This record gives sequence, C-alpha cells and structure tokens, in this order.
Amino acid sequence: MIRLNTITDDAPATRRKLVIIGNGMAGARLAEDILAADPDHALDITMFGDEPYGNYNRILLSNVLNGSQEAKEIFLNPLAWYEENDITLHAGARVTAIDREAKTVTAGDLTEAYDTLVFATGSRPFVPPIPGTTLHGVFLFRTIDDCNNIASFAKGKKKAVVIGGGLLGLEAAKGLMTHNLEVTVVEMGPWLMGVQLDEAGGKVLRETIEKLGIKALTSASTQEFLGDRDVTGVRFKDGTEIECDMVVISAGIRPNKELAHEFGITCDRAIMVDDTLVTNDPDVYSVGECAQHRGMVYGLVAPIWEQTKTLAHRLTGKNPDAVYTGSKLATKLKVMGVELASMGRVSDVKPTDEVVQFAEPSRQVYWKAIVRDGKVAAACMLGDLGPADELVRLFMSEAPAPARRLEMFFTGATVKGEEFSLADMPDDKQICDCNGVCKGTIVAAIRAGKTTVPAVGKATRAGTGCGSCKKMVKGLIEAINGEVKADPSESWYVPGIPLDKPTLVAEVKKRGLKSVSAVLVELSTQQDEKTKNGLASMLAGIWGKEYIDERDARFINDRVHANIQNDGTFSVIPRIYGGVTTAEELIKIGQVAKKYDVRMVKFTGGQRIDLLGIKKDDLPKVWEDLGMPSGHAYTKAFRTCKTCVGKDFCRYGTNDSTALGIAIEKKYQGWEFPAKMKLAVSGCPRNCSESTVKDLGIIATEGGEWEISVGGAAGASVRKTDILCRVSTQEEAIAMIGRFFVYYRDNAKWVERTYDFVPRFTIEHLREVLVNDSLGIVAELDAEVVRTCDAYVDPWLERDKPVYAGQFEDVRTVPLPMA
Amino acid sequence: MTSTLTRRVPLGPLADLPVGLGHAFQVGDTPIAVFRSREGKVFAVEASCPHKGGPLADGMIAGDQIVCPYHTFKYDSATGKCDQPNACALKTYAVTVADGAVYVEV
Repeated sequence: MIRLNTITDDAPATRRKLVIIGNGMAGARLAEDILAADPDHALDITMFGDEPYGNYNRILLSNVLNGSQEAKEIFLNPLAWYEENDITLHAGARVTAIDREAKTVTAGDLTEAYDTLVFATGSRPFVPPIPGTTLHGVFLFRTIDDCNNIASFAKGKKKAVVIGGGLLGLEAAKGLMTHNLEVTVVEMGPWLMGVQLDEAGGKVLRETIEKLGIKALTSASTQEFLGDRDVTGVRFKDGTEIECDMVVISAGIRPNKELAHEFGITCDRAIMVDDTLVTNDPDVYSVGECAQHRGMVYGLVAPIWEQTKTLAHRLTGKNPDAVYTGSKLATKLKVMGVELASMGRVSDVKPTDEVVQFAEPSRQVYWKAIVRDGKVAAACMLGDLGPADELVRLFMSEAPAPARRLEMFFTGATVKGEEFSLADMPDDKQICDCNGVCKGTIVAAIRAGKTTVPAVGKATRAGTGCGSCKKMVKGLIEAINGEVKADPSESWYVPGIPLDKPTLVAEVKKRGLKSVSAVLVELSTQQDEKTKNGLASMLAGIWGKEYIDERDARFINDRVHANIQNDGTFSVIPRIYGGVTTAEELIKIGQVAKKYDVRMVKFTGGQRIDLLGIKKDDLPKVWEDLGMPSGHAYTKAFRTCKTCVGKDFCRYGTNDSTALGIAIEKKYQGWEFPAKMKLAVSGCPRNCSESTVKDLGIIATEGGEWEISVGGAAGASVRKTDILCRVSTQEEAIAMIGRFFVYYRDNAKWVERTYDFVPRFTIEHLREVLVNDSLGIVAELDAEVVRTCDAYVDPWLERDKPVYAGQFEDVRTVPLPMA
Repeated sequence: MTSTLTRRVPLGPLADLPVGLGHAFQVGDTPIAVFRSREGKVFAVEASCPHKGGPLADGMIAGDQIVCPYHTFKYDSATGKCDQPNACALKTYAVTVADGAVYVEV
C-alpha cells in the first residue's frame, strides 16, 4: 500500500525516505523517537513487520500466557496509530531482498525505495539442534501467537517441561503454573539465570521457586524430545528421561542478521554498528537485539531505548553528533514473585576483585557486589532489594565505593527497612526502569497538569512497561497535588452536582426531590453513571419508603439484584446470617446448584456460598427455589457479618460472637451505603474473624465486654481499625453500630469506604459525636436507624413481580422477515 | 462478499422497552442492544463492548452516552464513538418508532 502524502503543505519539498525493517519494540520505538524529534515530518517513514499486528510490549507476553492480560491489552501502538502519524506500515510483509545500489527493499511483489535504511529485525528464539523439536506439543515462547497456542494447548495437560532456566524460561514456567501444570525447568548451565546471578544466587532462586512447586534441573543437557506425533517426554545426555505432555523452549535468542548478511552488511554475532549506529554501508543503520555494538548484543529494553534515541537524533538532525557509547546494564526484575536486581556480570570475577557478600538464608535473601579498582563493577541481589538503588547509583556513576565496603549494603534506611521518601529522591533517579523515565520528567508532567497515572504514562511513558512503578507514579502525583490547591470537586458527593453532601442532602429535602431524574433535572451540571448511582443510593437513604426507585439510575447489579460476571451471567449469594447455616439449607443450596447446572459453587470470604454462572432469566426461579433472602453481595450495602464460633463451642471464647453476628445481620440487612460495608465479630481477643480489618469490627474482651472499632480494610488498601468504644451488652453494641451506620451513610462521599471516611473525620470526632453525643444528634440517629430498618424489603421478592419490562429476560430473539 | 442489504425489522411494542434502559435482541444473525432514553429517544448499537465483550444492554444511559457495565467504557449513542483513546467505535443501527412499534434496520 502506498499512500498519498497528506501533509505536503507544511512539509519540506523533498522528504527523505526512511525504511525501517522490523516493527518490534525497537523499530516502533525508533519511529516514535523520530516523530518526537522531528515534528516537521522531514522524514517519510515506511515500516515492514513480519507479524500482522501493530507492535506490542513483549515484556508483558508472560502476562498473556498466565491470563492476567489479554493480547489486545499489550499493544503499544494499534494499527490506527501508524495512519495517524503518517507512517506506512506493511504488516505481515517479510523483506526478501535489498538492492543497496538502487536503494530499494523488496517484500514479495512490493518494492519501496529508501534514502536511509534501518535494520531493527530483532532476534528469534534459539531452537536447539536436537531431534523432536517439530513434535506436536513443542512450543517456542516469543510471540503473541506462541502465547495463545501454548495457553490453548495447556488446557487439560498435566506435565510441562520448560527448556531454558533464564528469565524468559522462568516467566514461561510461571505462566504454565497458572494453567495447573506440573512444571519442570531444565537448564543446561550449572545454575538458573546464569546471566544475572552467580552460583550461590542461582541456588537461592532455585530453592525459592521449588517452594512454589516448580522443579528445576540444572547442568541438564537435552538430547531429544520423545514421541511419535505428540511429545511424550524429554531425554537427557546422561540417559535419564522425564515424562511430559508439552515442552516450551526458551533457550536464549539469536539475532536476526541473515538478511543483512546476505546483502553485504558486515556481521559478526549480529549486525556490526559503530558509535553512530551505522553499518559498513553509510546509508544503512541498525538498532536493537539484531545490532552488535562494541562487542555487545543487548537483549533488554533500556539499552535499546538509548540506541533508538541516539539514532533518531542523528537522522532527524536534532543532534547530528549524537553518539551511542554503550550501556551499563542494571535491571530490577520480578521472577515468580522473587525480587531480583542485577548489574554487570556478577559471575566474571577477576583474581584482583574484591567480593562483598551478605546472605540471610531463612528469608532467601542474597546480596553480592564485586568491587574492581575501587568501584562497583557488578552486583546481584535476591529476595530483598534494600540496597539496590544505592548500588545501581554507584554502578552507573562509577563513583568510588564506600571505603567501608559494608556501607554499600547497609545504610541507615536499608537496615531499618524504611521506605525512603519520594520527596528526598533526586530528580535524576530513575522511576520507570522499562522506559528509563526519571523522577524529574514525571514531576514536570504532573506539574503540567497530568494528574492521573494513565495521563503521566501517556506524556512520559512511565508505567507503560511492566507497570511495577505505577505505585511510585501515583505517590508522586499525590505528593505534588497535595502541594497545589485542592480541586473544589473533591468535596462534592458525586461528580455531576457541584455540592458537598450535607448541602446536597439539605437541598434535596427542601425541594422534596424523591427520584434521581428529579434531582438531575434540578441540580445537575452533567450526567454520568457515578452521579446516577450515587444519587440513587443517597435518595434511598433519605426517603426510605417514600423514595421513587427508578431502575435506570442503577447499575445492572442493583437492577437485577445479582452480580454480573465476565461472561454476562450472574452470581447469586443468599444471606446466611452470621455465617451459620443448617443441613436443610445446605441441601437446598446443593439442589439448586444441581438443578441450574451452576458452573461453580464457592465459599466467599464472608462465610457464605456463591452460586456462579446463573443466567438472567433463571434468577427469579433460583431465588424462589432457594427460598432465602438476598445477601446483598452485589451492591454497595451492608454485606455480611463474619463470626467465629464463640463461647458456645470454643475453649477460648469469652462471649457469644455468633449470636451477635446473627442479630446484626437480621437487623441491618439491606442497608445501602455509599460503599460496601463488611463487619465481623470475634468471640475473644484472638480475633479469628479478623475484626480489625473490617469496616466495623467487634471483639469480645477478656472482661466480657465488646470492643467496637471502625475503618479497617484488607482489600486493595490494608488498614487496621480505630477503636471507637467498649460496651457491655449485645443491645448496646447493636445500637452503636446503627449510629455509626447512619452517620457514615449520611456523611461519606459516594464510593468512599470507611477506611478513608474514618481518617477524614478522625476517630476522636466520631467518638465525640457517636459516644459522647457532643452534637446532640444521637437520638436523631437512633430514630433514623428505626426508619431505615422499617423500609427493608428483600429485593429478591421482585421475582414475583418484575419492576420493569424485561427485568429478568435475556436476549429477545427476533426473526428476520422474509426477503 | 455477502449481501449487505439492510432490512427493516419489527422489534415489538415500544412499551416492552424499559424507560431509561436497554434490552438485548438477536435479530437474525445480528446481536444488538436497543435503548430507550428517559427523553424518549430510541437507538440501537452492536450488542457487545469491543473492550471485553460487556453486554451493553445491561449498561446504563448517562446523558447521550451508553455506559458498558463491565469497565464503564462510554459510547456516544448517536455515533457509537468511544470516549477512550484508541478504542473501537460501536456499530450503530437506525431505529424508527411508528404507531407504538419499534423497527430497526439491520
């Protein structure tokens, strides 16, 4: 496809034609760097890519294999990006010939002329030259197609062997584990991750992954893959064999240099380039995993980004003198949950080197640094990366190592295990290791108004690689936004109405607005789903039985009283008061699960039973057959009260936790809140029901009292509750819970969990208001409790009379009229 | 290429569409989601969100947008355009209401 140049008006009369062979991470990055350095589009870019896709983030391929991301999520630039940026992409076109005299490249019957040619052909996996590599069930691990093929083949298989104990091999093993396979990693070298680790480090890593259930065979030379059509096992040079029903080969990479070599470009292990990244032909360059520079072929992204940037600056004239003088390799990785840092070559020890080591075998921690000529020449760290930042700094800057060498490892911060402050971090400290983005760059973007993690990512690329630095980016945003004036919308209850909650509630009451649509007409400045959902919840609380319930204001879960799943079916969780059930109830649940062919029956974290995979049309029938009330597990409401068995059975129990839990659930079932509300009661201070990480937790004290605490969480945020008060009786406990419920419901912002609400109001304030009645509102709160409890109706009773057309109806089928 | 002739297909009475919400239809081979806004507009789009296949008929209407129930991707009800960068637009289908009945062109 040859497209017309659409921007001739402001472009130079003759645009130099740049052809890039390769649309992987290096090729596409080069194109991006050129666009950034050359806003006038002096270069007309054409790219050839083997794969029929836009380019994608190969770093995240293992996520595709283990199912945590989908293939389409790891694309860096979709095909539309090329078009938007006036780049001609020949996707799925393999270059077969180059005419360096005529300056053309040919792919099949397509020929493109060039002024400048760049090889960014990357590398390919090394396939060991042994019998059996073509058997069914033997895979390489390199492309999106490989991942998809491995993942679909792995279904129902039992044993897998991964050939290669390097970074990618271990990633592949991890991915296979998620498909429930028994995985053995086979490494030819004497230890795992031979490039990044020394022998002792390799041993520590091996012990760590074996704990995760992955076997490792080292110094194992594969001789043959066994089987006739399907692979059935692996035989090693020493004659031993292991059985398996699939093999993934990840035995290193080989640069794709053949095309260049065939057409007269000088190659050694890879395509040879000098500090200007040019080959022996002055119009032909090379970057990435196919390029060999000063004897090094790099396989990590950071050096390749340096190469593409240098070349972009040279080609666009932004800095015609830019040179690339090589990269010092320092990486931080996470392999199967094991943190690992590596810089330089730690296994190359010279007789004159000093080796400094520290090991803590019980925690699988291992640190080693090699000091050469008074400087850190190499290091590796496993298990605990406390000193990694300082060592990377010493390594990169070639600054003298501390005279007392142990200070490389043990500075005040690392010993105490404190996280050092983001504010104290120098601006040149690298935050995003995948894309080489420093703190200063991120801070500048935030100050320029990029105040979300995705916005910072778009502006700087930080966080768009493996994503592990997103937390730090978020921390920086918070730190900087804290300094600037607060956004007034921060105090609004919902985004579409510029009022804080007390003002909004007062306004709604004054005007007598009893439906979401009425509030929207009178008060809103914009309509969005958050505003509608938030108003629906708030109005239900304010008006109780008088509330006009409009279902179009509610999320699907709140319309059909079940939780929508990723296949469009629903999950049904009946209420099991206090987590205490009976044989009859369990039999009934079992019968329902059978009758409706429930795909999964699962115990929830809140001591109930979840029936997953119910079709929308079946919901009313399932509820009918269960004959139990809704557990409200699908909505922002009081969910459950988890309990331990308590004093009736437990040898340690000091109070009746189950009875209190059941009473709480019976009284407060169906209460809606701005966010979900989870409770627990523990019958003694051993706290078996984990009351200290609930929105509201109750613990029986040794003295027979109940201690009530609020604002805990153990989800994406973890927070311990703050103690509100102690009371003597079950009745007092239930009353205090009601007061807290009403106060939270009427003052929290939409989707503000108690773990944010309690610190915002402070526990001292809550104690003053709810326990000491400093505002004189406790009687009002208690009256509100009665009113709200009275308004409770089991939503599952709608099974008998749907409240809108098609509420419990799936797809309506309509035949086409005869043509 | 198969024929791309569009046909006007009756979907039943307007009263069977819930106010302010959507409903899923299978029209011949074409799955669609039909919405009836509180302001009285009726419109139709392809049934599934291009992001992760969310059933759009189970979504919400917010102003002029359809909101997917899975990850709140938002689509313009008239053009099908998505509010997220680099996301595909929804295919839209012409809808008419005559004598209290709803018709879609597929």
